[in-house]
Amino acid sequence: MQTIEKPSLLKLEGVKKYFPIKGGLLQRVQGNVKAVENVSLEVFEGESVGVVGESGCGKSTLGRTILGLEEITDGKVYFQSQDTQALSSKERKAIKKDMQMIFQDPYASLNPRQKIGNALEEAFVIHTNLSKEDRKQRVVELLQEVGLKEEHYDRYPHEFSGGQRQRIGIARAIALNPSLIICDEAVSALDVSVQAQVLKLMKGLKDKYQLTYLFISHDLGVVRYFCDRVLVMYLGNTVELASSEKLYENPLHPYTKALLSSIPRPKMGGKGERIRLKGEIPNPANPPSGCPFHTRCPIATDLCKQSKPEWKEAEANHFVACHYVGKELN
Amino acid sequence: MEKKLLSVKDLRTNFRTADGELSAVRGISFDLDKGETLCIVGESGCGKSITSLSLMGLLPSNGYISKESSINLNGTDLSKLPKERLRSIRGRDISMIFQEPMTALNPVLTIGYQLREPLMLHQHLLKQKAHAKGIELLTQVGIPYPEKRMKQYPHELSGGMRQRVMIAIALSCRPQLLIADEPTTALDVTIQAQILDLMDDLKNQLGMGVIMVTHDMGVVAEIADRVMVMYAGEKVEEGDVESIFTNPQHPYTRGLLNSVPDIDDPSFELEAIPGSLPNLNEEISGCRFHPRCPFATDRCKADSPKEYELHSAHRVKCWLQEEVEIHADDRETIPS
Repeated sequence: MQTIEKPSLLKLEGVKKYFPIKGGLLQRVQGNVKAVENVSLEVFEGESVGVVGESGCGKSTLGRTILGLEEITDGKVYFQSQDTQALSSKERKAIKKDMQMIFQDPYASLNPRQKIGNALEEAFVIHTNLSKEDRKQRVVELLQEVGLKEEHYDRYPHEFSGGQRQRIGIARAIALNPSLIICDEAVSALDVSVQAQVLKLMKGLKDKYQLTYLFISHDLGVVRYFCDRVLVMYLGNTVELASSEKLYENPLHPYTKALLSSIPRPKMGGKGERIRLKGEIPNPANPPSGCPFHTRCPIATDLCKQSKPEWKEAEANHFVACHYVGKELN
Repeated sequence: MEKKLLSVKDLRTNFRTADGELSAVRGISFDLDKGETLCIVGESGCGKSITSLSLMGLLPSNGYISKESSINLNGTDLSKLPKERLRSIRGRDISMIFQEPMTALNPVLTIGYQLREPLMLHQHLLKQKAHAKGIELLTQVGIPYPEKRMKQYPHELSGGMRQRVMIAIALSCRPQLLIADEPTTALDVTIQAQILDLMDDLKNQLGMGVIMVTHDMGVVAEIADRVMVMYAGEKVEEGDVESIFTNPQHPYTRGLLNSVPDIDDPSFELEAIPGSLPNLNEEISGCRFHPRCPFATDRCKADSPKEYELHSAHRVKCWLQEEVEIHADDRETIPS
């Protein structure tokens, strides 16, 4: 992909996020839920990177950690080559302007008693010195940009449908011309016909404003449509990273293979060979030894139980964590 | 042996609300054979869940089925039965799997208690026998350590396990009709695949009819024999699964198929359906889809379309079929 030569916008180095489990009489820390375990990723300007995985794989926590909504346990997050943790609060505020998030449920992230116009205006009040008239002008432009109308300015969140609310969420995210937008299951709650509209809107905005997206989703179909590269996570660990084309055509990790073959295809005769995974996702508070996937992996051996596979570049720009990549098994 | 299991005629379900009468289901008819899987698809608010609740007789207290409707299960009209009779049929002849097993299972009762209940009520088994049968059922739905699970509470199980328990309870009395309302929507894809396989196996073993309510066209292609597409309380298209996917006729069905990204084809272009779903109480003249339909004509705005039959297993409610009938040999002429 050509995107590789572009400058790096976001760089993660060994990011970890543990949530302590407290218990007992003195509320001592008894263990950790290892939500994100050692994630390294580089996101380049102008690309869309998808983060996929099943529930509990740490994809949402990763997004929140990048934005600073969760305190990082270990590792480094570089944004525009600056270490985000080493910044003063003033510098941090400046950076926040450039990173925005679109949440799954826009209704939960809007104040029900605040008019949409005022909710959108807030960003300009905090980050710019625009006059009142100019702010209103910008908000109206934003509303039109996302396919809403000027008269929606004075309405309350409950007066909108789910799709319209998500458009408001998008308007709020693009208000300050950010460079990075993190979408956490941004279209998952929408009906398919509306989902398609919102996806098209987001794709259009990407081209218009040279946005970079980190697109967190469990829907592999949507991710293929939307993203240039895809990161697959399992139980807090990165499992595979490749361009969409490579990942979907030639998945290397057994988990990615199983995930892709589990998705029901909406057409006739699309049922190729199935890989059925047995069992369930283990508890992240008590992850299995060795490779986190060995309990469900169809090709797991003793080696997988004992040692954790390294994150290595199996093919050009195709990273995978599995002991048996490229080795024939019988 | 009679093949037909269920026959629904002109089902209309209304709700009395503070804003007046609300029609959620506006006269739909369909049949179901024994051992057949019918999928009802549509987006939220199209009336698919209300249809399944109407069949079960589980409508909220302000909802009612209008008098001209009939729901015929093996010769008994369920819509006319008194509550007591319906209660003895529900759980025995028809049972239901809900979307969210955590809300459908009682959190303060053990799995064992909830599994024994229908067996003791409907089959009059003694507690010990029901317990043994419960363990057998849990084994059948693929739950490891069934003896241990019988003593556990719903919160101790994972989402996939809970859904398996729901299925075990629903199947405990070997119903003839199973209604599944979005049974896999809350589950992860690898677990969803397991549950769909399980349901298919059990359907074949028990020979029951299945009505599956879903919005996921992928799930439909996987398990349906026949498909019914609903929009805003009406049936817009019905046909065998092959015909619906390879030759969809109604603009809404096509829109639905084109708004899901194709995972195997990167060059696939999404075609969104413009606008949004109408409210239930919105009065729309003519065809209820016309405000969002790219092919709508003046006729669509004025008159509700009649049902056209493509072939015996494929019916569609759309005026566009009129043009098709003129060039009956040349179906490609429909604008696409």
